[in-house]
Amino acid sequence: MSNEDAMKLTMPSDVELVVTRTFNAPRKLLFEAWTNPKYLPQWMLGPVGWTMPVCEIDLRIGGSWHFVWRKSDGTEMEMRGVYREIKPPERLVSSESWGGPWPETLNTLVLTEEAGKTTMTLTILYPSKEAREAATMTGMAKGMAMSFDRLESYLVSQKA
Amino acid sequence: MTSSDRLDATFAALADPTRRAILARLASGEASVNELAEPFNMTQPAVSKHLKVLERAGLISRGQEAQRRPRRLEAKPFAEATEWLEKYRNIWANNFKRLDALIDQLKADELRKGKQTRSKQ
Repeated sequence: MSNEDAMKLTMPSDVELVVTRTFNAPRKLLFEAWTNPKYLPQWMLGPVGWTMPVCEIDLRIGGSWHFVWRKSDGTEMEMRGVYREIKPPERLVSSESWGGPWPETLNTLVLTEEAGKTTMTLTILYPSKEAREAATMTGMAKGMAMSFDRLESYLVSQKA
Repeated sequence: MTSSDRLDATFAALADPTRRAILARLASGEASVNELAEPFNMTQPAVSKHLKVLERAGLISRGQEAQRRPRRLEAKPFAEATEWLEKYRNIWANNFKRLDALIDQLKADELRKGKQTRSKQ
């Protein structure tokens, strides 16, 4: 199993979205990669073609962070937040806001280490069920659980 | 509508459980307003209101049959919405692949530093 397959996206409650992934490194390094402005722009880039020209981090409780991503055609996206809990190397809690119509979320990063490997659990907490549904579209999948297979075959037939 | 506007409309339309149930019903085949009102125990005007939202979002369309005007599911917005979730998943997957490479590099750096420290002692 490749590492990519090991990434999981789950919804343990109506207002959460959880991303888990195991890394072949001690959690000290992972914590560093998540909090050091020297390292974040090297990996937190999103789709191919984007860079992160702004990565400001004030790693204190109540301190803020500000990331800006830029695409080769000049399009920019930015995200901000405030650190709420900092417990190296195991826990980092911060708010996250994209601005505009997107709801502010509370993101909790938990790093657990076992035999040199670190399991990362990132929990994104939405202010309401509707906010998460709007953001993730999982509402659709859930609401249609019964008919989803039929829907899928319908979509496939439409594509053909 | 731009693709992003359409996504907004799709999200808003899908935020309501009744509308999702209507879509689920339509996934098994087209249905008239009457046929949709029945299982949901709703009045026709109430169902019509939901149908209007779904129609505006481009999630459903009306058939030509004059009497029934059956509503049917439209595939394109669903494909776009699914694509969005797929993109979100891919963003993380790509990020983590780069993170793997970074921590490999950091581990190698630490190993080198450790050796240097030991050799100094």
